[in-house]
Amino acid sequence: MSTPIIKVDAISKSFGAFKVLDGLSMQVMPREKLALIGPSGSGKTTILRILMTLERIDGGHIQIEGEQLYHMERNGQLLPADERHLARMRQKIGMVFQLFNLFPHKSVIDNVTLAPMLTKGTPRAAAEKRAMELLDMVGMADKAKAMPAQLSGGQKQRVAIARALALQPKIMLFDEVTSALDPELVEEVLNVLWRLCAETDMTMLLVTHEMGFAHDFADRVLFFDRGRIVEEGKPDEIFRHPKQERTQGFLKKIIAAGHRV
Amino acid sequence: MTQWSGYFGLIVQGAIVTIELTLMGSVLALIMAFLAGLGRLSRLFLLRALATAYIEFFRGTSIFVQLFFAYFVLPLIGLELTPLQAGVLALGLNVGAYAAEVVRGAVQSIGREQHEACIALNLGRWQGLRHVILPQAFLVMLPTFGNNAIELLKATSVVSLISLADLTFQAQVVRAQTGNTMVPFATILVIYFILALLISWGVRSLERRMARGLDGVRV
Repeated sequence: MSTPIIKVDAISKSFGAFKVLDGLSMQVMPREKLALIGPSGSGKTTILRILMTLERIDGGHIQIEGEQLYHMERNGQLLPADERHLARMRQKIGMVFQLFNLFPHKSVIDNVTLAPMLTKGTPRAAAEKRAMELLDMVGMADKAKAMPAQLSGGQKQRVAIARALALQPKIMLFDEVTSALDPELVEEVLNVLWRLCAETDMTMLLVTHEMGFAHDFADRVLFFDRGRIVEEGKPDEIFRHPKQERTQGFLKKIIAAGHRV
Repeated sequence: MTQWSGYFGLIVQGAIVTIELTLMGSVLALIMAFLAGLGRLSRLFLLRALATAYIEFFRGTSIFVQLFFAYFVLPLIGLELTPLQAGVLALGLNVGAYAAEVVRGAVQSIGREQHEACIALNLGRWQGLRHVILPQAFLVMLPTFGNNAIELLKATSVVSLISLADLTFQAQVVRAQTGNTMVPFATILVIYFILALLISWGVRSLERRMARGLDGVRV
């Protein structure tokens, strides 16, 4: 049994009086593909944002590759992480957002090369060569010089994926990456995810409402509700034979809304 | 006719002083705007406090008094300024205080998702500001900066009160020497207006150039 790449231990997080995560624990193994599903407000997006250090936790611990994410060990004591520690930990993690969050004032290729050049000191030529390879992989090489405003939603999202990959993270977080897309554009983004799955050994965490995709893609599915993981298991177990009432209720609603499982 | 052409030379000299003042004052205002505007967004309390104090003080006191202070009071504590230096200092600091709020507002108008993309790409705070936030925010600032520059141009006329020979000063000279009020003041009215038009036009074309390919960012 190898060691988990992500270890979340009893974390809690509140926004004001609303408890989003309530003593949540989970483990993710290297190369695992995880789908996080559940009703909105259940905390599944929050856990991704916490892993990307976009939100701070109120309590608990997170380890990435055995190292504390939000704490630093000094003389045997755990202290809150400083910006330098966070920056070092962030190198292991990349994230793709629901609304792409491309830099609108930069061309497609500049979006991809910016972070490697600034954070790793990669020379421009090398960064551009690598960016073209990544853009080629997501099928966007011919749009390298385009501005984001000229692209469709699906194209923007594929560029955003290439941009996150350019930093070579070991863990990729996908936060409802197809939710903002027109239905006919969803496929092209999901195809890129399939390719990543086949061609890289990244650990991937996927918050999604695409139940069919989650079923086919994930090694393990976590069902979130009210800040806790209510049920987890292989896709077939969760989607075909859910044990918990809340999971059954959620899936029934999803199917009634016309989603394929 | 010959009489007027001589006086016209004075007006041209005055216009040159006014343009000089406007340019130098704008440069100082721009520097102060970014220093104080970003200072207000700093995490450090001291920087925020300094920036706020500067902005509130210079917005809250009259440009006349600031100018007189720079020219007549600073020498009393050993800081002798030429009229031009005093004028640039007062104008730059005054307009810079207004423009600082423009910088702050524009930076804050850039959506949270851009900041989050910076964090997810592990850019440092300054790197994100420099390469992602400010280039987009600058486009938001530009139209208001144009207004500020025009305000500054118009405010330059106060320097005539410390005997700097700008447009307004020269108009008064011409009026005193010719006894004609209409011609000199009508002339400088038109010149101020043309200068303001030039600023508007310059800012607008800069805006157009920078906004190329950027639909969706423009506010």
